[in-house]
Amino acid sequence: MTSLGFSLSRARLAFSGQWLFDGLSADFAPGSWTGLLGRSGSGKSSLLRMIADLPIPDTHDLALSTGDQRPLAGRLAWMAQQDQLLPWRKVIDNVLLGPALRGRPTAAQRQRAMALLDDVGLSDKAEQWPKTLSGGQRQRVALARTLFEDAPVVLMDEPFSAVDAITRLELHELAARLLAGRTVLLVTHDPLEALRLSDRILILGGQPASLRDFEVPGGQRPRALDAPDVQRMQSQLVARLHAPHGDPEGSVS
Amino acid sequence: MSILKRFWPAFLGILSLLGLWQALVVITGVPGYVLPSPLAVMQAFAAHQQLLWHHAGITVIEIVAGLLIGCISGLGTALALARFHGLRRTLLPILLISQAVPLFALAPILMLWLGYGMTAKIVMATLIIYFPVASTCYDGLRQTPQGWLDLAQTLGADRRHRLLRIQLPAALPALASGMRMAASAAPIGAVIGEWVGSSQGLGYLMLNANARMQVDLMFAALLILVTFGVALYFTTDAVMRRLMPWHEDRTGATS
Repeated sequence: MTSLGFSLSRARLAFSGQWLFDGLSADFAPGSWTGLLGRSGSGKSSLLRMIADLPIPDTHDLALSTGDQRPLAGRLAWMAQQDQLLPWRKVIDNVLLGPALRGRPTAAQRQRAMALLDDVGLSDKAEQWPKTLSGGQRQRVALARTLFEDAPVVLMDEPFSAVDAITRLELHELAARLLAGRTVLLVTHDPLEALRLSDRILILGGQPASLRDFEVPGGQRPRALDAPDVQRMQSQLVARLHAPHGDPEGSVS
Repeated sequence: MSILKRFWPAFLGILSLLGLWQALVVITGVPGYVLPSPLAVMQAFAAHQQLLWHHAGITVIEIVAGLLIGCISGLGTALALARFHGLRRTLLPILLISQAVPLFALAPILMLWLGYGMTAKIVMATLIIYFPVASTCYDGLRQTPQGWLDLAQTLGADRRHRLLRIQLPAALPALASGMRMAASAAPIGAVIGEWVGSSQGLGYLMLNANARMQVDLMFAALLILVTFGVALYFTTDAVMRRLMPWHEDRTGATS
């Protein structure tokens, strides 16, 4: 799998007759991780759904282009807030959901799924029902399912918000390691999560909403919790999310 | 032991009801042709065993056949409605209208068309459960959580796979309650059919016994119907549980 960058332009979304945002554009460099933050109702999750071409009830429009000029559809993986494991499929069969929905999984694919379960540390749970797993384990299975698709672009909608804080930190490490090289767009409510995992942070806010860059700490992701930059910037980021989206500088290329 | 423990309140309840019944008959001295005592019913049951089992066999076949045909065609209808959007506008109104036709009124016509044999009763049993099964199953198929549909779409599922691998399993709990309901409704259909016109079956036997003031025999036939109805319900429930080993039990039939 080679890294694939993509960009969006002319993104707009109407909410109850008004443009929530109009004419948004952003570039996502190949292999980079972008954290997308914003208050509730800013439309960040809708923007993510628009990129994934998932149904949303409101009027919307978006132009996408990729680094190799071929369509993005079929080359992106989706990770939602909930793990979305199917309760009637064993853990291994949840990892194999993609091939099962496109036909019939082969023995080789099954082996690969086992290897991925091993990567997320759950090979001993392969034949269990999802209901026997903890929240963190379930999210790891969801990660293995995402990895199985081997998509160069991964869209995540608050993927770690349903687990406890310690588990979340562990999942950060795991995701950063296993999803290296992929272009990731991560919608999150958690400033710390964004600061740990992102090469670039975008804030969606204002009226109509626009995308603004926020400086990220130095160093490799996942950044350590106790890095001084991370701690200091967390409070700045929270302040920025609180503030009205006024300052004119720092527009997005 | 645990089964005994679980069921003893139910046994106790049934036993005390029977005791009350027996006492009522003894105290009031009500004649046996109005209300036979439970003991008299058991005696009638023993005396007419062969007759009862013969007619019970007929009724059971009608019920089970009606249940199978009704469930399969109901499920098929629901799947077709979920798969082919165009069908909804034609089929749904017809389904709704068909539901407004009282089955009791339909029974004599079915006898006219299909004769006094088993077919008319199987059709009655089928009709009485077809719509509830179709509608609960269709509702279940429509109410797939959006997250799973999103996942299916980003994983590149086509409509057929999405229906069979996501929507149908997701609808199984709803389908199960439809089936349980069908299991308790199917006997009604068969017995109505037998009342309206037949020469065999428990419904026929009851009608006949009633006319001859053999109320104890009537109650004995009723006892078989009730027992079979309960057995059918629990069998259906057990089958649905086997189909969903993953399902977290919140609608326990016995708890």
